[in-house]
This record gives sequence, C-alpha cells and structure tokens, in this order.
Amino acid sequence: MSSGRLFLLSIGFILYLIIQVLLLKNLVLFGTAFCFLYVLYILLLPVDLKTIPSLLIAFFLGIGVDLFYDTLGIHTASILAVSFVRAGWLKILTPTGGYDDDLQPSMLNMGFGWFLTYSLPLFLLHHFLFFYIENLGTNLYLPVVQKIVFSTIFVFIMSIIVQLLFYRRRRGI
Amino acid sequence: MQSILLFLYRLRAFLLFIFLEAIAIWLIVSYNSQQGSAFFNSANQLSGSVLTAQNNVAEYFSLATVNKNLVEKNAELLAELEKYQKPADSVFIELDSVLLHSFQFKGAKVINNSINLSQNFITLNKGANHGIKEGMGVFNEEGVIGRVKGVTRNFASVISILHTDLLISSKIASTEVFGSTKWDGKDSKYAKLLYVPRHVSIQKGDQVVTSGYNAVFPEGIPIGHVSEVKQGSDTNYLDITIELTADLSRVSYVYLVENNQEEELNELYQSNGISNE
Repeated sequence: MSSGRLFLLSIGFILYLIIQVLLLKNLVLFGTAFCFLYVLYILLLPVDLKTIPSLLIAFFLGIGVDLFYDTLGIHTASILAVSFVRAGWLKILTPTGGYDDDLQPSMLNMGFGWFLTYSLPLFLLHHFLFFYIENLGTNLYLPVVQKIVFSTIFVFIMSIIVQLLFYRRRRGI
Repeated sequence: MQSILLFLYRLRAFLLFIFLEAIAIWLIVSYNSQQGSAFFNSANQLSGSVLTAQNNVAEYFSLATVNKNLVEKNAELLAELEKYQKPADSVFIELDSVLLHSFQFKGAKVINNSINLSQNFITLNKGANHGIKEGMGVFNEEGVIGRVKGVTRNFASVISILHTDLLISSKIASTEVFGSTKWDGKDSKYAKLLYVPRHVSIQKGDQVVTSGYNAVFPEGIPIGHVSEVKQGSDTNYLDITIELTADLSRVSYVYLVENNQEEELNELYQSNGISNE
C-alpha cells in the first residue's frame, strides 16, 4: 500500500469518527431515523483492501463510536459484521471484466443502480444488528422495526448526498 | 498437521472476524451491569475532554433556558426559606445532627446525553476528584434524571431515567401509594409506574415523587404526573403512564445527592436478606 493512500485512509477514519460522534449523534429525525454515516466509510474502502485490515479498521472505528454513544460493543459488533459480509458481497457483485485495482466502490465510480444493490443490504444489516442488540430484553417490536427501516433510508440518502458533495470521480474513466 | 495449519491459515479472515466479534459481545455483556467501570465509555479521559470541548461551544445555546430555570428554582427556595425564619417569641428544638445531615448535594454539568436509544446514558463533567461516587442520585430543578453508574477521575457516567433497566422507587404524593418508575423505551416524555395494585384509586394528574425508600434519593423529588390509568393485562397491577416532569432532551446542569446513611441501610437490608431496589 502506498503511503499516500494510507494517509488518505487515516484522514478519512478520523473525519468520519469526529463527524459521527460530535455532529451526527445529535441528528435523529423524529426520534426514529438515526444517522450512522460512519458505515459509509467501511463501504467505501478500496476494493483490493484485504479482509483482515478492513476488519481491524472496522473494529477500531466501532469502538471509537461506541465510546461516545455509551453503547459499548454494540456498534463494534454490527460494523464488524458489515465489514466481513462486504468482502463476499463485493465478490458476488463483480461486474463483467472485474474491478480495477484500488477502486473505490462509490456511486460515482460504479453508477447509482450498482451502488443501491451494494449498499442498501449492508446498511440494513448494520441497522438490524444494532437495534436488535440494543433492544434485547425489551419487548418493543414495532418501534424497533420503524427505527431500522427509517434509519436505513435516511443513511442511504445521506450517503448519496455526501458522495455527491465530497467525493470525486476516479480520473481516467 | 501441516494440512490443518494450512486450513486454518486459509480461514484466517473468518477466524479474526469471530475473535473480534467475541470481544465485542464480551464488551456488551460485561458493560450491561448497573454498576461498573466507566473506563470504556464517554466518561474516560479522552472522550470526556473531547465532549467538554464540544460542550463549551454548545452550552451558549442553552444559557437562556438555564438562567430561567435557575431563577425559578431560586424563587422557590426563597419561599421555602421564609418558613424557617424564627419568629421572635418562639422556642426551637434542635434535632439530632446525625439526622440533619443525612443527604449531601453536589452540582455538575451535562456534557453528553442521549434520549433516543432504549438504554440512554448521560456524562457529567465531574468525577471521583470532585467527590462523585457510584450510586449517587441525579436530578435537576424539574425532576429526577438518573443514577450514577460509574466514575473516573474527572467524569461520571449516569444511567438516565430513560434506560429500560433503571427502577426508581416512587410514590403518589397525595395518597402515599408507592410503586416503581420504569421507562418502557418508547417516548422520552413518558414512563410507566409499576406495581400499583388494582384496588387503589388514582386520578389523572396526580403527582409522582421519589419515595425515599431505596436511599438513593431523598423523599419528595418530583418524577412526573399521572397522565393515563388503564386496567391493563396484568391481573394484579394497574397500567399507569406518567408524564416525566424533567425534559431529558434539554438537561444542562444537574444536582447529585448522596445519602450518608446508604451504606448502613444497605448493610441492614443485606443482613436481613432484602434486596434494595
């Protein structure tokens, strides 16, 4: 891995973490739609990054978010699952001709339809795990389903906006 | 042997995943106790100081409300104080000083708060260095806020009243009927009053206050008002919804209370095999 790319990855890690815990923590629409945008960071890791480093990144990102949310372990468990499933999911969704090396699987690079099929199940998985573990021991079914569905939609819309505003299309394509 | 190692090597990503996931689950389980270390949450030194910095900026937006509440509380206390002015021609009997000083109060600022999860926590900017201890009761001028879960040197982590595991011993102020207040995880403005028998008559609007039985809170700190009484599905108890007086979405400054006799009381309970909650 080149040092330039490592630098960009670390900057992204810190930015996503800080924005998540200081700004987005307070952004909860109608008490149901949460904005766990830090999942997008894991989704947009380069395609050729191996599973082991991406698991480690997810672990530390999850712990960092958990510290500030006072939900020790819950974010970590959900983001780890996303990071592990993502590797296989990327393989399944490989377009004809394969991925380019160090490609970022973003909407700008891969198109809206591909990004929808790629990200929505992973967002859903994360939110399902998070709210399921969080509500273990309570008997709230409807509110939990509402939180899962609305948060997934909200995060998906936010992730599109963020990509349009702050990400660049890969040069040369 | 070699083929087993090779097999494990091929599975290394999966094994790492299982290992890290196990750590996460262990963290969830070990953190899920009422009292515990405050190291791995927002009360630790690093996240605490980040949150303090954030709060130093954000607190300006709530100053107006905080001032208004303080003035109201002051007026209330002044009225209360009026009762204790000694009239010139009367004799006063001093109570035993042990009874007088059974509760100690402290103040702190909220630097982190959440209301939308089912297990919410609050972080305070004071810790063991300022005399905060595990198990202290937390309230503000509006009503009960929660109970201290753990402390580090400079910060404290509080189980909010909006936590589905926290029970607060409470009673109806007018009729002295007692029960336990517990949040049901739905709306941050409402909680449930449990264990009130069916034969008791309860009016909408009755005030619910702390009972003073479990020695965490002194008697009479407001919790809420009864907003709905239903027969419910339980054959023994009423289904009572109360509206919380404290607006948890806007807490900024809180008071902490410590009962100097809690230890003695708990010892008594323990020696007689009574669980205190």
